[in-house]
Amino acid sequence: MKSVTCKQLCKTYHQGEVEVIGLDHVDLEINEGGFVCLSAPSGGGKTTLLNAIGGLDTPDSGKIWLAGERIDTLGKGELANMRLHRIGFVFQAYNLIPVLTARENIEFVMEVQGVPADEREKRSTAILREVGLEGLGDRRPAQMSGGQQQRVAVARAIVSKPALVLADEPTANLDSHTAEQLMELFVELNEHHGTTFVIATHDQRVMRYAKRVIHMLDGKVVDDERRDVA
Amino acid sequence: MSNITFRLAWRNLWRRKRRTWLTVGAMVFSNIILVFLISMQLGMYAMMIENTLRAQTGHLQVQAPGYKDDLKMRQVVPDVIDLAAKLRSEIGSDEIAARASAFALVSSEERSYGLQISGVEPEFETRVSSLPGLVTEGRFLEDAMAEEIVIGSVLARNLRTGLGDELTIIGSGRDGSFAAAVVTVVGVFESGMPDMDRGFAEVPLGFFQDTFYMEGAGHSVVVMAPTLIQVGALGGRVESLLPAGEGLVVHNWDVLLPGLKQAIQADFVSAWFMYGILIILVAFSVLNTQLMSVLERTKEFGITMSLGVTPGRLGRLVLLESGLMGSLGLLLGIVFGGALVAWLGHTGFTYPGLEEMAGQFNLPGRIYPQFSAIGLLMGPMIVLLASVTASIYPAVRLHWLEPVAAMRAAE
Repeated sequence: MKSVTCKQLCKTYHQGEVEVIGLDHVDLEINEGGFVCLSAPSGGGKTTLLNAIGGLDTPDSGKIWLAGERIDTLGKGELANMRLHRIGFVFQAYNLIPVLTARENIEFVMEVQGVPADEREKRSTAILREVGLEGLGDRRPAQMSGGQQQRVAVARAIVSKPALVLADEPTANLDSHTAEQLMELFVELNEHHGTTFVIATHDQRVMRYAKRVIHMLDGKVVDDERRDVA
Repeated sequence: MSNITFRLAWRNLWRRKRRTWLTVGAMVFSNIILVFLISMQLGMYAMMIENTLRAQTGHLQVQAPGYKDDLKMRQVVPDVIDLAAKLRSEIGSDEIAARASAFALVSSEERSYGLQISGVEPEFETRVSSLPGLVTEGRFLEDAMAEEIVIGSVLARNLRTGLGDELTIIGSGRDGSFAAAVVTVVGVFESGMPDMDRGFAEVPLGFFQDTFYMEGAGHSVVVMAPTLIQVGALGGRVESLLPAGEGLVVHNWDVLLPGLKQAIQADFVSAWFMYGILIILVAFSVLNTQLMSVLERTKEFGITMSLGVTPGRLGRLVLLESGLMGSLGLLLGIVFGGALVAWLGHTGFTYPGLEEMAGQFNLPGRIYPQFSAIGLLMGPMIVLLASVTASIYPAVRLHWLEPVAAMRAAE
């Protein structure tokens, strides 16, 4: 079963008067349970592709399917609903809500999903333990290190067990040790829960963990490298 | 809105403490002013109503149908004194009195004037009317059958008459026959209302009934309620006690004196133009705060949207923030405004010139703001509503936000 299918995706941006090609006829298929890295230099189109797959941005042309459902034709509300229930996002800058505690950040998405309070608490406690933040649930982001914040962001992304996690440069602000711990967490989730990971990165440390690395340049897929990961 | 969303809204308010307190401060200030002014208006209206009703109609009147619109002598309340006595006994109040009324020509030795003459029960009229207390010369009526009259000060001057002088009354009786009597002036009142002082007089009801061939009838039974709020309920009780088959009706004060109610309504509406300006200023302050707050959080909203939160939900969050801010303003405004009203409601207050002006209208020289739920809540509730309404625009703006563009926004 395909988790993600893209056909002939095109996207052009305008930066002032300059036209920038974000995606140039991208064709892509990612299987369920995949652990895929999108590798490209800055401006190569990896974030644009990630945004298109996540329904955050609409392509100028082309088609996108998630788990067999076409999403490029969905409206704003339907896309939001899809992101809420089926996709987890992890960002480079953690992007936690600063006035909420770690636990509240994790529970907020569940609350929007309509998960009852006692169930939310149970799940957030479990996920905090799973990401190694047991006992830190009452801290606000400002009271945590970068690595801890990223773990909260990961916990938020996966707490509802989405089929697909999209991560944009998740290790960019982390030291080597923390980045390694994070990637091991991703691998564990991928292997134990069957979660599909698509990670946009140019960090070689991250790519070491990938089963597949898709290289992009100027919005085009230039290489699709499948790897055997020990 | 559920738990975390509520906490999020509340904490969002305190990201910029100074700005939030400034906005809440504007709300509190306007709420205190509104609570004070509305309570003062309500206090003045209650005083105006009470004084006017005490001087004229009372809270309620039992009349023959149609008498209110056409004061014909024939439209009577039969056995009016007995009916008033029955109502006093059944209701357990002495503030009920029978009256009769006629138009007549009154003459002194030198001059004649037309006037409205009212027959009253001296013993009970003092309980329902302020007029007996406004007698500035002589005394009020005492005997139900005495050939006495109490006249207004302007009429006394016009007739060039005074205490102890005799006046001749000429009018037409209930049956259309000629009615005439001679009465002695025993009192002169000064109500402060020129029409009343010029063209109104009172005589004992028994004497009136004899003079105008009323055969025991009168034209109204005046009833005073303990408070204005109780008028409606008391009206229903009086109605249930009326003798069956005579078709008598009970009128409230606002039906008897529609002009008074209209004047109060007009004053209230004109005051709300001023209040409206105040509320609009507060609403703009809230709009400014919330718009700034939304613009500052554009990136955060983009992130939240990327997690699957809809713009509609984010919009409701913004409205909730305004609602919380407004509620805080409401609470503090009511507490401080209420304390001010409670204090001034107890001590009263005045300003230069008020005493002289009020005295002319038989009003006390001090104003006592009315401590009431409506006075405390009306203004602040509207401010709260206006605050939330002012946030609709910042909330609606979120619908146009694109997650990717929003996430690129600078924090």
